Amino acid sequence: MSNETLVMHNGAAALKPGYADHAADALRDLRQSGDAVDFQVEHHHDVASTIQLGFWIYLMSDCLLFSGLFATYAVLHGHTAGGPSGAQLFDLPNVLTETMFLLFSSFTCGLATLAMNANNRNATVGWLGVTFLLGAGFVTMEVREFAHLVAIGAGPSHSAFLSSFFTLVATHGLHVTCGLIFMVVMMVAVMRKGLTETNRARLNCLSLFWHFLDIIWVGVFSLVYLFGVAH
Amino acid sequence: MLLAGCHGALLHPAGPIGMAERSIIYTATGLMLVVVAPVIVLVVLIAWRYRASNTKARYEPEWSHSTRIEVVMWTIPVIIVSILGVIAWRSSHQLDPFRRIPSPDRPIHVEAVALNWKWLFIYPDLHIASVNEVAMPVGVPVVFHITSATVMNSFFIPRLGSQIYAMANMQTADNLVASRTGTFRGISANFSGAGFSGMTFKAVSMTPADFKQWVAKVAASSQHLHAAQFVALDKPSENVPVTYYSHVMPNLFEQILAGKFRSGHLLARAAAPARGSK
Amino acid sequence: MFGKLTLSAIPFNVPIVMGAVAFMVLCVLAVLATVTYLGKWKYLWTEWLTSVDHKKIGIMYMILAFVMLLRGFADAIMMRTQQALSFGSNMGYLPPEHFDQVFSAHGTIMIFFMAMPFIIGLMNCILPLQIGARDVAFPLLNNFSFWLTAAGAVLVNVSLAIGNFSRAGWLAYPPLSELHFSPGVGVDYYIWALQISGIGTTLTGVNFIATILKMRAPGMNMTRMPVFVWASLCASVLIVVAFPILTVTLGLLTMDRYLGMHFFTNSHGGDPMMYVNLIWIWGHPEVYILILPLFGVFSEIVPTFSGKPLFGYTSMVYATMAIAVLSMLVWLHHFFTMGAGPAVNAFYGITTMIIAVPTGVKIFNWIFTMYRGRVRFDTPMLWTLGFLITFTIGGMSGVLLAEPPADFVLHNSLFLIAHFHNVIIGGVVFGVFAGVSYWFPKITGFRLHEGLGKLAFWFWFVGFYVAFMPLYALGLMGATRRMDHYNVAAWHPLFIIAAVGAGIIALGIGTQVLQLVVTFIQREKLRDTTGDPWNGRTLEWSLPSPAPAYNFARIPIVRERDAYWDMKKRGVDLKGSTFVPIHMPRNKATGFIMAGCMFVTGFALIWHIWWLVIAGFAATVATLIRHAFDDDRDYHIGADEVRKSEALYDRVKAGSV
Repeated sequence: MSNETLVMHNGAAALKPGYADHAADALRDLRQSGDAVDFQVEHHHDVASTIQLGFWIYLMSDCLLFSGLFATYAVLHGHTAGGPSGAQLFDLPNVLTETMFLLFSSFTCGLATLAMNANNRNATVGWLGVTFLLGAGFVTMEVREFAHLVAIGAGPSHSAFLSSFFTLVATHGLHVTCGLIFMVVMMVAVMRKGLTETNRARLNCLSLFWHFLDIIWVGVFSLVYLFGVAH
Repeated sequence: MLLAGCHGALLHPAGPIGMAERSIIYTATGLMLVVVAPVIVLVVLIAWRYRASNTKARYEPEWSHSTRIEVVMWTIPVIIVSILGVIAWRSSHQLDPFRRIPSPDRPIHVEAVALNWKWLFIYPDLHIASVNEVAMPVGVPVVFHITSATVMNSFFIPRLGSQIYAMANMQTADNLVASRTGTFRGISANFSGAGFSGMTFKAVSMTPADFKQWVAKVAASSQHLHAAQFVALDKPSENVPVTYYSHVMPNLFEQILAGKFRSGHLLARAAAPARGSK
Repeated sequence: MFGKLTLSAIPFNVPIVMGAVAFMVLCVLAVLATVTYLGKWKYLWTEWLTSVDHKKIGIMYMILAFVMLLRGFADAIMMRTQQALSFGSNMGYLPPEHFDQVFSAHGTIMIFFMAMPFIIGLMNCILPLQIGARDVAFPLLNNFSFWLTAAGAVLVNVSLAIGNFSRAGWLAYPPLSELHFSPGVGVDYYIWALQISGIGTTLTGVNFIATILKMRAPGMNMTRMPVFVWASLCASVLIVVAFPILTVTLGLLTMDRYLGMHFFTNSHGGDPMMYVNLIWIWGHPEVYILILPLFGVFSEIVPTFSGKPLFGYTSMVYATMAIAVLSMLVWLHHFFTMGAGPAVNAFYGITTMIIAVPTGVKIFNWIFTMYRGRVRFDTPMLWTLGFLITFTIGGMSGVLLAEPPADFVLHNSLFLIAHFHNVIIGGVVFGVFAGVSYWFPKITGFRLHEGLGKLAFWFWFVGFYVAFMPLYALGLMGATRRMDHYNVAAWHPLFIIAAVGAGIIALGIGTQVLQLVVTFIQREKLRDTTGDPWNGRTLEWSLPSPAPAYNFARIPIVRERDAYWDMKKRGVDLKGSTFVPIHMPRNKATGFIMAGCMFVTGFALIWHIWWLVIAGFAATVATLIRHAFDDDRDYHIGADEVRKSEALYDRVKAGSV
């Protein structure tokens, strides 16, 4: 009977991440309990992996949100209504600097994760701090770019193209800002409570989020700025 | 009533486009009934035959699979849908509203503009226009060039067939022809605000002689349609009576299309502190 | 100080509205007074409003849905009576400003605040029990999702009393919904109600995907999941795929209305056609988000009441997945008349028709499940048979509309209205009632009164046909939707018949309310002591009714598809001797508070009260951050306590209590 159960669980292991542990738990429970094998007395769920899966699914939904904005931009980027086009407005060196800020911040975020895995609390917080500064630099540059565009009369209400440009880029910028708040919260949490299991799970989510925003920015940089200047 | 003849508008078309569309409705419904009618009968029969109190009926509490039945139940809908798909592909092309109707006669061009809440019809070749009435000689194809000076509407004469959206900054087309004389109801088939229900027009199919007379009648109208008059006409109004214009400024339609008259006035009724619940 | 909000926003001069508002206020006051009189505030707060128990959240979803059903149905009655009266010289009793709000609110409420909460409520109540789980993957998130949905629903109802609702239809097509043509707060109410509840729905989708993938009992691999779970999984995936697009679409409209942008305006390069595309890229999958879980419900009911396993389980699962995928490839059939060209129209027409294939297969599956069975005609089965007949007809008219040239004459007509009510009432509403009457004993501990349930079914069934068959005819007679007045004499009798049909449905709803009351009065007689009143097949029936907070004292190990049927067949002893403490999530106010803050933010945004927007938003974020530092999130139910409650259930079952 327990052989049958074992086979069943191994079959499922390929499908479900974290399921192998789960199956081992189940078998151990079976042996320990006095009951028949039709039940399992204690039931373990790998909380961290469930959170990670949930966060992945959330990221996919966020990705679709951006896909909607990208599609909108693709439709409207030519609708300048007699106003300026991307080629006339975009300051590529400035945007390249912005991009570098974000790319480096992704790298330092990775270093924070490595520090976390090495159980080094101070280094984790330190790298998060560097990531925060780079991210804040990115947001500041973006806000300045927006302020400049509004000042020269190329604000978001000027044409459908500008509406879609501002909305796409600002939505990404707002995500980065949320990421920065998340980061501050995590720095405080790690300082106060250390690298607890909960904090680790959340730091993993934060790093997923941050890398995700980096990927979205690569899309923005290529499709909006590079193509915009090229056309 | 004037329009009493059109009880089952879609089932009594007055032109070939409507006829073709009705025949698609009939064919598709017939084809689907081949499956749907037996299915409904089967639901009732099987539920009744195998009712719990009927212990004489066969009971197989474990039976849940039959490859033969499954093959049949996937195949039947596939066949029906394949036939309907072929019909969809061919008829979409044949009955494309943008497609000119072949005819020995030269088609009449009419520019239709959706306004709040009335229809303006401009005859660019004749330099006349009318509000809420469009006339056409029977048997002669009409090419409607359609746009909107306001929100989205849908240009639709049910008894002649195909409707198409009227959208600002955009031009759509509807090719229709009447095969008999008569007055047909025309509507906007897309909700456009408070005056929507009254946004109807008369589509009149007449003999060529009558049409000539109609044109002469419109051309004799004392009202002209230049920029100033159009701006006045563009203001929201409801249940507008038929109005004729003799002199129409050239390229009025193109200018509307280009947004030249896009005024800032808000919809009077919508802007009023109208109250209400749901 | 209060933005655009002044005292004149309250429609004192419109008697119909003030009557409705007074009724609404009285109802709320009555509820508050009752709770106070019974001294149940603390109980309500700690046991319900802050609950993270999926079963209680599910019940709250369904209460919300039922209340909103009454509200949305009141709108329906108003529309039917207006159209029955408003012919020729009679203008009816609703001016366009009012009538346009009625139909906009009816659609919005019925889809977002009636159908969705009913479905998510059923999923909440049953799905974790069917997969042998103790809760969903993220219980607190679940509570938050519910309160977001409730916040949206409350916003819609507030618009009745303060200001007005949208007059732009349930999908708010621009440019009509743009500031230029709809300058009031109506569209803003629409936007923020949907935006807030939409976020809740997206989070629910995430939650249920994680739950189904991660929380199943050992042995329940994907091919052993009940079909309701499969259907819910597909619906949840569709939610996660589609709802972000709704968020974007409404967000862009918000940008237009609040910041003067030009996504969908008539000027400055705006493109209203893009809105129509985007909203239907969400909207069509939404239709299947509604119907798929109910296909799952029918797939549970038919086998149970036929005493046989579901015929063609594998076909059913593939058909469900096929429908989910295809549902994302058909959106353009909602606007063939936009003029996209024959090849594009034909493509979307054909993909639409292809959906009829897996749907047809499902119908056959249910029929062959009854075949050679022992069919019992209890209320859930009556709703199911009503569905099979009605939905088939609705499907047929749907395929007809998928022929682009047929749609050229039927688009936006009352034929279309008849079609989608035919599938939504015949499919979704009948499905919800089937599911509720089927699982009511499991959810509450007692069965619904059977006689009144059957009576309600017949009122609904007959009422539906009387109300909507005339609309098919009217559509063929060239009658379009959303008319507050018409002049065609031939239409008038049909509109009157349709109004009579709505009256018959009203009797059905009245009977259902009566059924709830009678059930409550006779609850001792109707109590389900067995936990398995229908001779069920899936795991939820292995539990006592209602299930204890921890659901399963011991997690079952699944060996077969119909897991509980298999256990009964093998004579598995459900009583155990070994119990261990059970780890449970603690109830939290976080979800309620955050949703409350978002409600305030939404209201402030509608009325341009900017300081309150900032305050509300800041409070939302602060609550979330505060929650992040809260470590007191769970507790254990002691082994003895579990032993005691299980022993009690055993005694109840044995009939000794």
